[in-house]
Amino acid sequence: MANWNVSNSGLDFIGGANWVEMFQDGDFWSSLTRLLQLSFFTTFIQYVLGFACALFAWRGIAARKFFRVLWLIPMMTTPSVMAIVWRSIFREDIGAANGILNSLGIATVSWSTSVGAAKFTILLAEIWQWTPFMFLLLLAGLLSLPKEPFLAAEIDGASPWRTFWRITFPLMAPISIGAIIIRLIEASKIFDSVFALTGGGPGNATETPAYYLRTVSLTEFQISYGATLGLTYLVVAIIALTIISKVLAWLARSKGI
Amino acid sequence: MKKIAKYSFIVLWSLFVLAPLSWALTTSFKPPAAVNNGVTFIPWLQFQPTLNGWKDILGISGYANLIPNMINSIIITFFATLISVVFGGAAAYGLSRFQYGWKKYKNPDIIFFFISQRIMPPAVLAIPFFLLLKSLKLLDTHIGLILVLTSGLMPIVVWLMVDYFNQIPKEIDELAMLEGCNPLQAFSRTILPLSKPGITVASLFSVIFGWNDLFFALVLTFTNVKTLPAAVVALNGTITPFWTLSASAIFAILPLIGLAFVAERFLSKGSLTGANR
Repeated sequence: MANWNVSNSGLDFIGGANWVEMFQDGDFWSSLTRLLQLSFFTTFIQYVLGFACALFAWRGIAARKFFRVLWLIPMMTTPSVMAIVWRSIFREDIGAANGILNSLGIATVSWSTSVGAAKFTILLAEIWQWTPFMFLLLLAGLLSLPKEPFLAAEIDGASPWRTFWRITFPLMAPISIGAIIIRLIEASKIFDSVFALTGGGPGNATETPAYYLRTVSLTEFQISYGATLGLTYLVVAIIALTIISKVLAWLARSKGI
Repeated sequence: MKKIAKYSFIVLWSLFVLAPLSWALTTSFKPPAAVNNGVTFIPWLQFQPTLNGWKDILGISGYANLIPNMINSIIITFFATLISVVFGGAAAYGLSRFQYGWKKYKNPDIIFFFISQRIMPPAVLAIPFFLLLKSLKLLDTHIGLILVLTSGLMPIVVWLMVDYFNQIPKEIDELAMLEGCNPLQAFSRTILPLSKPGITVASLFSVIFGWNDLFFALVLTFTNVKTLPAAVVALNGTITPFWTLSASAIFAILPLIGLAFVAERFLSKGSLTGANR
């Protein structure tokens, strides 16, 4: 920090102030950690569900073509528009979610004022929207796998479970890593669902960096401070993604995949 | 036992996929009483469907008219996709067939540089683009938004198309050139027809991302050019009844749902594989 002031004080004092302000800005850093949790959770769940769907739509169930189209539909819908639909579902008094819960005999949940419930709604909307993306990439990967290893496994009499862990999963590792990285990149930009669903609330419990950046630069018009945050965010995102991709590649190699 | 688990997963997941859409669809036909006096799900049984929500958004009742916004969205998405696919495809062909580079930075680094553009959150780019378009007098115009969207769509197109072109053997264009074609003719006569599935997939993705963009539409256009998602979100900001909102939501996502069928057709042919390499 001291070093940093020395090198910059002669150039532009305001610029230095922006950086100091950023390091003391608790809202910004907590929005970053929140994003970290959120994107890890959603990507992991999307990966597991997307893989399951892709396996079923690959072979093994009837009417595969029908389910492939059906499961792709959420990806085609506009996230900002779907967020409005989700908001109407999670309305406390006249929304579908509480309607279903009440008819099951569960008490009304206050979706927008409780922190846990607000996070849950965003999680649910994100999973609904983007699992099909994972599904599409993984299914495309499954369809392009060579047939020979599966024939060999069948001849050897391997159980489906064993075939999956010993053949399908290892063969899919590169594709999985690619899909996870793409999803993490897109998940790090999560904005639409926060904007329309919770507006960052209650308080700022669901504020993500993209949302906070917009608040700072476009509603408070602190444009230079917004640029400072944007630059920092970009650097953090690139470092994090590089580390994650390196770790995933290392995991894949160490398992001998 | 395993079968039960499998099929219950499939049924539950399908219900989960359909639930929000069917809720929006039924709500768009509900009369006010069916929305405000408790939760209703089934038309005709629990409420008598009306067309009021749809009349509100199609300009019949004079409340709002989303058809011009739909036309704006179609124009912007179409041209942004067209520019991205034409120029991005050309760039991808170049990167697949010729060697570029400076010292140790070669084609893969260039491709990664392209895709790394997408890591940037739109909020970072909003202010620079705003100032740029302002000085070019392109704020709130079709062209301005098309150009900005193109900058975001082109990386996806390049990234997907390079893989497709790499899958087509080099011998084919070498043969065409032996037959007396120049590189441009070799591209248009032999490679272009072969890469149709790739072009379709790349266009599909850029249509999805272009149509769904909200951020740039909110920041860079105001009144003259309002895209459909921006208009729907604006309706959400005012006190609009839920049945009208639901109708507008269905209206905004309907054009793209048809694309799911196109995507499936190309998936069955196994030609989406390029997305993974």
